[in-house]
Amino acid sequence: MLFTIYRFNPETDETPYMQEYDLSEIKPGTMLRDALLRIKNEQDESLSFRHSCGEGVCGSDGMNINGTNGLACVTSVDGLKQPIIIRPLPGMPVIRDLVIDMTQFYTQYRAVKPWLIVKDPIPEVEFKQTPEQRDKLDGLYECILCGCCSTACPSFWWNPVKFRGPAALLQSWRFLADSRDQATAERLEELEGPYKLYRCHSIMNCVDVCPKNLNPTKAIGHIKKLMLKNML
Amino acid sequence: MNIITRKFDTLVIGAGGAGLRAALQLSHADAKVAVVSKVFPTRSHTVAAQGGMNAALGNVTPDNWHWHMYDTVKGSDYLGDQDAIEYMCRAAPDTIIELEHFGVPFSRLENGRIYQRPFGGQSQNFGGDQAARTCAAADRTGHAMLHTLYQQNIRAKTHFFDEFFAVDLLKNKAGDVLGAIAYDIETSEKIIIEAKTTLIATGGAGQLFRTNTNASINTGDGMAMALRAGIPLQDMEFFQFHPTGVAGKGMLITEGVRGEGGYLINCDGERFMERYAPHAKDLASRDVVSRAIAIEIREGRGCGSNKDHVLLKLDHLGSDVIKKRLPGIRDTSLTFLGIDPIEEPIPVFPTAHYTMGGIPTNRNGEVVVPMGIGGEEVIPGLYAAGECACASVHGANRLGGNSLLDIVVFGRAAGNHIIDFLKSHHYHQILADDCIDEALARLERWENPLHKQDEESNNSSESYSVPQLKEELQQVMEEKCGVFRTEKVLAEGVEKVKQIKDKFEHAYITDHSVIFNTARVEALELENLIEIGLATVISALARKESRGAHSRVDYEIRDDESWMKHSLYYMNDHRLNYKPVHTKALSVDTFPPKERVY
Repeated sequence: MLFTIYRFNPETDETPYMQEYDLSEIKPGTMLRDALLRIKNEQDESLSFRHSCGEGVCGSDGMNINGTNGLACVTSVDGLKQPIIIRPLPGMPVIRDLVIDMTQFYTQYRAVKPWLIVKDPIPEVEFKQTPEQRDKLDGLYECILCGCCSTACPSFWWNPVKFRGPAALLQSWRFLADSRDQATAERLEELEGPYKLYRCHSIMNCVDVCPKNLNPTKAIGHIKKLMLKNML
Repeated sequence: MNIITRKFDTLVIGAGGAGLRAALQLSHADAKVAVVSKVFPTRSHTVAAQGGMNAALGNVTPDNWHWHMYDTVKGSDYLGDQDAIEYMCRAAPDTIIELEHFGVPFSRLENGRIYQRPFGGQSQNFGGDQAARTCAAADRTGHAMLHTLYQQNIRAKTHFFDEFFAVDLLKNKAGDVLGAIAYDIETSEKIIIEAKTTLIATGGAGQLFRTNTNASINTGDGMAMALRAGIPLQDMEFFQFHPTGVAGKGMLITEGVRGEGGYLINCDGERFMERYAPHAKDLASRDVVSRAIAIEIREGRGCGSNKDHVLLKLDHLGSDVIKKRLPGIRDTSLTFLGIDPIEEPIPVFPTAHYTMGGIPTNRNGEVVVPMGIGGEEVIPGLYAAGECACASVHGANRLGGNSLLDIVVFGRAAGNHIIDFLKSHHYHQILADDCIDEALARLERWENPLHKQDEESNNSSESYSVPQLKEELQQVMEEKCGVFRTEKVLAEGVEKVKQIKDKFEHAYITDHSVIFNTARVEALELENLIEIGLATVISALARKESRGAHSRVDYEIRDDESWMKHSLYYMNDHRLNYKPVHTKALSVDTFPPKERVY
């Protein structure tokens, strides 16, 4: 099985290049992460990429696979066209090989204040929440911060500083949608202006690539609707 | 020393649930906290915990902490310290409520309260009917908890050193721990973090075994740091095999599947747990279920063409329950097996899961070692919490749902104790220049491109790649230190792991670059893992009884007379020492050991 992988080590390389690897005896159902580990262990120890849980919950191994962002550990090599072309997630500075600098992504995450804000006195028991209220958080809280969505978003490529990006906005809605949260007005105010929220043009790349099948575009739509409702 | 030095009140090594819970407590108290983690915090392995966290809230079945305590003591096969267990079970309800207030999106009951599901080893009224004690956010409870704790920490402005690899603890001559040396994985720049107090919260060492449910980062780094600092590891022979890992692959399938009503069947379609645990059946303790599966397979009743696994059946639960309560494991099953559990059962096999042993602590999270006349003297300023620690609340076998509980209860307790400690310790101690020499030597070994060539010119047959040695270690541990153990096989295991340690002296890496060198990280991790492997197999060889997860075919009976005691393994000379179990609880009567039936 043939692989073409983006390589760049700033210590030794002036420019990035693509390197080919050939891996034999790949069992059906092998995940891309395991194939990459075999390349690293058997052929080229210098190939660098992040990975950890191996089952799509830690969000470490987001990368661009044959032109589409995804997690290596839950992508089977079976269905992939060869040579499998692997690049780092696009639009972010590359530290080395497939390892990107996610600082800007995390900065945007922090900017939406992704934590529960409660202003009332805190009871000694849990805040009550009906199953229906809790259902509203499904499809939101499962985000693993892998960065596949934001780095697939043209608006985020153009405005990584001014536009919060799909991952951060999904989190923003996760708290706006939480019946326990009491900071709706501040959260919405924070997102006003032409960029932070409104740079989303519903291109929906984020939805296509999310390895957890979440829908940031829909969440962004909910925020816009709520903003409108609050203005009227 | 021309190495950057930073000073904090507290250094937390590890950013999983225990480290983050402690850091949050400290940041709330305005202490200066540094959290060092080799991965971005939400990538820590707490994220993968599925089923939930035990607390006697009584939202679904009648419950109280005392019943929870009984189940935990019994689950531990009477090796757990009853004072620490009482503390944990009493603290559980408040700790859960606090997490809910932080924002954890727990699943809910119709009345708006936190959803709780039945889990293994849980009972009402000291061994009566099944209890439902495990608070859950669907089957993604660890993810929900870890992200919430990280979010609260960024709100509290905790200082993070993300993707920094902690190498070793720093000690003075008196044995006090004064911080740690670490390096930035991105740049290889070394950093000394001086701290008045240090908390080790680096998690377990599931990577010891070939097939495991753990992330690749679970290499026991903090435990190995403790060993190198002269601190023993406690009860390392007790390693939990989770009954339901995906057969041959290892991904975890939560006990919550059986909690929701799923059950195991053999090749005859028989619900075999009815024979092994007539009362609790599939919700017996994990050690009991894992052994039952291993016996079924050994006796030829395994499933599949190789008869090498059993099946976890849950299709009868219906698509609604599975989609609502178990969406994560359905995804896992679809992704890795192409099996939709709504229609077909999942092939499972006992899989290495959890390190019951670890750095010995008391219930404040303070590290305690035998010094002087007492058996448990505190090392001032050094703390450990979570899977890397041994409080000991899990004893010889941990109950499902007690791990997420352990990390938040003892992370919080350690945080609180550190706050007190800081009140009487205002200044940093003086760090001697030579205290980092050994750590630097260990680091420099991998920086030197000549190392491999030297080795090869000396004796080319005697050099080993790091991945090759890691594979060998995992293979040996799986074969020699698995679910069933004997003197002969364990003795072979000890020899083999010692040989691997010797071979590691001749291990090489080919990548000596500075920027984000993952080969070097893996070499340092393997060095740690080998020490944990030795601790495990040597402690296992010495314990001549069967208790909890440590099942000796040649000593089938639990021997309370000789062996109701904790092992302590020292790295120097591979020495073992023992200390008594705390059978005295804090306020209630002791639960005396009795025969353990489910």
